[in-house]
Amino acid sequence: MKKCDFCDSKATVFLTQLVDGQTKKVCLCDQCAQERGVTDPTGFSLADLILGGIAAAAAATQSGEGPPPPQGSGKKCPACGFTMEDLHRVRRFGCAECYTAFRDEIGPMLRGMHRGPSHVGKVPAGLAALHVKHQRLQDLRGRLEQAIASENYEEAAGIRDEIKALGE
Amino acid sequence: MMRFNTLVRNPADWMTGAHPERGAVLTSRIRLARNLRRHPFPGWAKREQRAEAFSLLRPAVEALPAMKDAFSQELSDLSSVQKQVLVERHLASREHAARGDGSGIVIERRQTFSFMLNEEDHLRMQAIRPGLQLQATFEALSALDTALESSLEFAFDPTLGYLTTCPTNLGTGLRASAMLHLPGLVLGDQIGQVLQAVGKIGLAVRGLYGEGTESLGNLYQISNQSTLGESEETIIRHLERVIAQVAHHEQNAREKLLEDDPEMVADKIGRAYGVLRHAHIIDSKEALNHLSLLRLGGSVGIFPASTAPLCDSLLMEIQPAHLQHHTGRKLSPEERDSIRAKIIRERLQNHPSPDKSNPSPAETGPDDGSATPSDDS
Repeated sequence: MKKCDFCDSKATVFLTQLVDGQTKKVCLCDQCAQERGVTDPTGFSLADLILGGIAAAAAATQSGEGPPPPQGSGKKCPACGFTMEDLHRVRRFGCAECYTAFRDEIGPMLRGMHRGPSHVGKVPAGLAALHVKHQRLQDLRGRLEQAIASENYEEAAGIRDEIKALGE
Repeated sequence: MMRFNTLVRNPADWMTGAHPERGAVLTSRIRLARNLRRHPFPGWAKREQRAEAFSLLRPAVEALPAMKDAFSQELSDLSSVQKQVLVERHLASREHAARGDGSGIVIERRQTFSFMLNEEDHLRMQAIRPGLQLQATFEALSALDTALESSLEFAFDPTLGYLTTCPTNLGTGLRASAMLHLPGLVLGDQIGQVLQAVGKIGLAVRGLYGEGTESLGNLYQISNQSTLGESEETIIRHLERVIAQVAHHEQNAREKLLEDDPEMVADKIGRAYGVLRHAHIIDSKEALNHLSLLRLGGSVGIFPASTAPLCDSLLMEIQPAHLQHHTGRKLSPEERDSIRAKIIRERLQNHPSPDKSNPSPAETGPDDGSATPSDDS
């Protein structure tokens, strides 16, 4: 009998998906399949399931194996009380603020999931000006580092003034 | 307010022959995920928080000019069969249909746009159009998204983009997909290769019905996986190019089949027609596979071009919830199989017999522009 990958019940749903040329397989029992929406051929992505695995691995490194983590677990989102353990359990975040609270933990998780680490698409109209400023600041900070590294202090001072002028 | 029966009485615009050519690409679908900035995500929110978000979302969506006289309901007011009908029409996700209190759905009259409220994300909006037109479909939906910004404050981060409940949707929150009918590649035994190649470049492929890469009715869905690090336009351009190539391969496979073994093709299509025309008991799997061949017959000149849209709407009508909605009561699987056969027989009553005098894959013309790889460099 083939067992469900999530609990020890008998697996009845067998899922195969081609992702980046690799065949990934997951076996689930009826109940886990239902809970994870696997029976929906239109809305399901194996990435969601695999994400559970990534979060589990992250939790394992946090719990003492390997190098000690910079911050201990037990960290909570100040807005909604969500924890990394919750992420492992439900594979979903609690609110928009969680992305700020767990920024360090999220970074590595996104690497295997997406083409790039930062957004380059549509920006809400109300935030467009802010977004442009954010990108300009990032750009200036990068140039400032370069200028300092190459001991071009005059240019660095100029860039620093520009950053100040942007209000940071 | 539009009633459920009025909404589903007519097939969706994208199901009927609204698009002049219907080849390998049946539909293009765009989904955008958005969340409210100051409200916990639906799955984590308490009941009253979810209700609060709902009370903001619903009027905002209903106020969109495009959604005038739309169908709008809380899910707890819909029966399980009604919800299932929406799933079969691709207007609601299966996950959403399982919800009740505090979740809702707003569907535009022609069933082109659908907004799921308090799904996994606060807002999942979707647009479907016939044929391969992902970019146009995106633009239409994106305009509604932009209009919503004036009344709703969406969660957005300068680095991570639109913030979604699941990190797999971060950034654009965009899932673009096309539904493809690929009988030529399946009969020609090339489907595995093609799908593997598509998977290799980071796109997801799955059978629309059935499990894993096996597909009933030779229907497949190709969609993007990554939502962060590329713009909507880049994601869609890439996807459209790949889909056009797959459609091109399908066309070649059909041509080759007709050249190498026209008798085999005519036999398969003729048998499928015979079964569908005369069967009294037919299960979903058998019906889907025969309808697939009938549809192929429509695009290689064995049947008239009107056969493809007929098959496309039958695909919906023979699904279990549609059958139960049609008869107005719960049906056992045996009853479903006879009613399914009856509906198909009725719809094919005046359908012409196969004409295999001159089957030709070119008969349907350039296949809505998707038969040749688009030149968009």
